Amino acid sequence: MENSEKTEVVLLACGSFNPITNMHLRLFELAKDYMNGTGKYKVLKGIISPVGDAYKKKGLISAHHRVIMAELATKNSEWVEVDTWESLQKEWVETVKVLRHHQERLEASSCDHQQDSPRLERPGRKRKWAEQRQDFSQKESLEPKTKDAPKVKLLCGADLLESFGVPNLWKSEDITRIVGDYGLICITRAGNDAAKFIYESDTLWKHRNNIHLVNEWITNDISSTKIRRALRRGQSIRYLVPDLVREYIEKHDLYSPESEERNAGVVLAPLQKRAAPADP
Amino acid sequence: MKSRIPVVLLACGSFNPITNMHLRLFEVARDHLHQTGMYKVIGGIISPVNDNYRKKDLVAAHHRVAMARLALQTSEWIRVDPWESEQAQWMETVKVLRHHHRELLRSLPQTEGLDHSRARSSAPTAVPELKLLCGADFLKTFQIPNLWKDAHIQEIVEKFGMVCVSRTGHNPQEYISGSAILQRYRHNIHLVREPVQNELSSTYVRGALRQGQSVKYLLPDAVIAYIKEHSLYTRDSP
Repeated sequence: MENSEKTEVVLLACGSFNPITNMHLRLFELAKDYMNGTGKYKVLKGIISPVGDAYKKKGLISAHHRVIMAELATKNSEWVEVDTWESLQKEWVETVKVLRHHQERLEASSCDHQQDSPRLERPGRKRKWAEQRQDFSQKESLEPKTKDAPKVKLLCGADLLESFGVPNLWKSEDITRIVGDYGLICITRAGNDAAKFIYESDTLWKHRNNIHLVNEWITNDISSTKIRRALRRGQSIRYLVPDLVREYIEKHDLYSPESEERNAGVVLAPLQKRAAPADP
Repeated sequence: MKSRIPVVLLACGSFNPITNMHLRLFEVARDHLHQTGMYKVIGGIISPVNDNYRKKDLVAAHHRVAMARLALQTSEWIRVDPWESEQAQWMETVKVLRHHHRELLRSLPQTEGLDHSRARSSAPTAVPELKLLCGADFLKTFQIPNLWKDAHIQEIVEKFGMVCVSRTGHNPQEYISGSAILQRYRHNIHLVREPVQNELSSTYVRGALRQGQSVKYLLPDAVIAYIKEHSLYTRDSP
């Protein structure tokens, strides 16, 4: 199959990255191998989007440091990069809005690009109208045609998928839009309940074709929580995070019992938002 | 401060190729020994097995040594030692321990000579101990009939001692209680739990490489570059 027939994909990972670990970086590698291996997709890029400080998660250190660590961690990656847009917003931003932001940016740049190129008949934006024309457009989209903007998909671990079930954490219409409009690539441990979780949710089940479950055959349990705990206890985190990240943490003494108490007792931003009575 | 017993950790194995998991064993073992308050880990040695071990898929020792060396570029305390791999024959682990123990004792007077404040330490210089570092699944191999000589197992746990880092799914205590020798010298076997579950193995890495999949972040970048450069672990390699 030729490259041009494949859907181009950009993988977006949202999270605290407090700090980024080798496990986060592995998610990207596994997802890319999987998506490219289907023969239907071509992964162009990975984006790491650290959450803003307004997320108010306990132990969350400043976005400034988390962004730098992610940048150091991806310094030797040819395809994964860090984006600061989300972390620079004053308010906490829902994941679906981060996805939209990146999709719009891709469409804008693809549009610019195509206007420069006379060979292409139609700018990317028109694609949306074509989709609304239902049956007619389907046939059309199978024919060789101009390139669409790449599709942003949310990359996550099974914990994010399962967090969809936590009361008030997610708006149900956000979940619908994430899986309906964008799509999810979820790295799960072999034998994990992710498939069952999808089966038990009507929304997820409806959009199951847009949710890619990727098996991780070797358990890799390098959570940021464990990294912070090891640091508080003076234990080595070597080979669990990239060396440059470890050096940065040590140099700035980023994680301590005090830093772990940041935002203690503060309600997580999404829960604050949902708990507000004005919210439908 | 109470004087601590200096310890050197020796890891024997194929290192085919070396992965972050091997490197973690050292870090976790060192943290554990330090936290006992009794030991001071002064060094770590990685000793890749001889080609005559004839294990399936084993690439040439010079490659395995080179990869370990690259992986250890950034470590201040672990080094690779090619001695075992350069011998004409495969040799028993106990003989590798004996060799490095001799080397360690030989290096002692020199270390003392370099110490400018000799008078300060009135206590006799503590003789470093050499301990065999391994994953807990290694203990299980002691139970495989004919793989180990009893006398060798005894010498390892009696004269040297072991530090076993357990992975999930293994119950090292069980292997110890299942063996009379290990049971007798259990005080010389340090069981360490790795808090971060990781089932990474060289076998997995070789499989992924053969399938053309990414192994980035499973082993150091320098090792991956070396593997690519020398086309190791490709579909056609032995």
